[in-house]
Amino acid sequence: MTALLEIGGLKAYYGATQALHGLAFSLDKGGITTLLGANGAGKTTTLRAICGMVRREGTIRFDGQPIDTMATEDIVRLGVAHVPEGRGTFVGLSVEENLKIASYGRRDKTHVPRDLELVFTYFPRLKERIHQQAGTLSGGEQQMLAIARALMLGPRLMLLDEPSFGLAPLIVQEIFHIMRRINEEEGVSMLLVEQNAALALDLADNAYVLETGNVVMAGPAADIRNDEGIRKSYLGY
Amino acid sequence: MEQLIQQIASGLASGAIYALLALALVMIFTATDHLNFAQGEMAMFSTYVCWQLIQLGVPFWPALGLTIVFSFILGLSIERIILRPLHGSPILSIVVVFIGLLAIFHSLAGSIWSHTIKTFPSPFPNVSFAGSGYIGAHQIGMIAVSLIMLFALFAFFRFTPLGLAMRAAAQNPVSARLVGVRVDWMLALGWGLAASIGAVAGAMVAPVVYLEPNMMASILLYGFAGALVGGISSPGGAVFGGFLVGVLENLVAYFGNLTEKAFGIYIVGNGEKLTVALIIVIAILTLKPAGLFGRTTVKRV
Repeated sequence: MTALLEIGGLKAYYGATQALHGLAFSLDKGGITTLLGANGAGKTTTLRAICGMVRREGTIRFDGQPIDTMATEDIVRLGVAHVPEGRGTFVGLSVEENLKIASYGRRDKTHVPRDLELVFTYFPRLKERIHQQAGTLSGGEQQMLAIARALMLGPRLMLLDEPSFGLAPLIVQEIFHIMRRINEEEGVSMLLVEQNAALALDLADNAYVLETGNVVMAGPAADIRNDEGIRKSYLGY
Repeated sequence: MEQLIQQIASGLASGAIYALLALALVMIFTATDHLNFAQGEMAMFSTYVCWQLIQLGVPFWPALGLTIVFSFILGLSIERIILRPLHGSPILSIVVVFIGLLAIFHSLAGSIWSHTIKTFPSPFPNVSFAGSGYIGAHQIGMIAVSLIMLFALFAFFRFTPLGLAMRAAAQNPVSARLVGVRVDWMLALGWGLAASIGAVAGAMVAPVVYLEPNMMASILLYGFAGALVGGISSPGGAVFGGFLVGVLENLVAYFGNLTEKAFGIYIVGNGEKLTVALIIVIAILTLKPAGLFGRTTVKRV
């Protein structure tokens, strides 16, 4: 079985500053994988590099196809949906428009109404707010909208950057539960970046621990969760 | 009283043109944060193209249609060829390019069609009708065409997927890319649309101000004023601002003449229209820096 996402020798730069130094890891189809590590370890940069949002070198293959020189828009159209840090909501557009814009790049628009219905079964709260301006939603609802929008892209891989950021624990639980359901029911693989390691390890199947742009630990999430040494030295809990 | 209505009506007519130009400016501004100083000269150039087509025997409306297409391609090409390589360069370089474009279109029009003033035909029949004492047929036509244009644009942005993509790209380019929108092309489309709007404004106002390379200079100024008063970040506001400035300038002259008649003292008249209108603009902006309908952008630091 080929990996869904294969990354080798990945370097990424912000201007002259190098943030990743030859990162390598791979992701199997179907599961939820989490990238853990302290601030500045390169988690967000890794997601951005996959989507071509920062200058990068190295090989990135999505489902066997090299995407390391492709533009963000084209990578997205292949089926990689990025839920960015800070949600990236179009605050001036309505909830409905935020969702509909995601089907813009898709050739086949016939299943847009069906996709909308699907999204609303996961996020019924968004349906209640469909005509509201996205900027007026609560933080939790905006995060839901961001995930819902990503789902509207009909993705095979979802990249989630800190979906728990700034949200109340109860809402985070709700959102993580929905993420698991989307993963299982829609078969969307997920790569999750989280500051909150305990939470991420509970959800994920596999985990990679990053330190200053390198993988220092890899394995099933359960093993890492149970290894007190790793937890203390890298994850801080 | 009759004169007052007349002044307001003709203010609305010129306001319609300012509104179109203001909208063209806003369209590029919301997407790029740049004010296109060459917008007026591009419109002037398009108007010459329209005039040339009419001279070649093309009837007015088909000529205008062709001019709109030409302007769209022109605007799109300017963005793709000239501005694209400057993406991310300092604001001053871009301002210099705008000024360069202004000079190029100005002298190009002058050298192709000469600087002499030309008349430009009005497409509207000169008939008299109820109320024609207040407002000329061409002025009504100007207002009507502008309104049709504004509604068409509104419908385009509000109801079509492409319009939605353009709004999304202007609002949040990073997120727009992440949902598969080709943001670069949206910018180019915005330029194309702005140039087309300018072409319509030019062809509508040319019968009034006559065709010459300087025809758009003061109109662009009013357009700027309209856009700023209404709020440079708000298309609807810019349109309202355009109409407002148009009416204001006429009322200033009207009341100026009135006071002169009543008291024999000359304070303001036709000559000070622009000055007073701009003073009002400055006053509004001092009280509401974002314009009447503009949003103040708040940045989290």
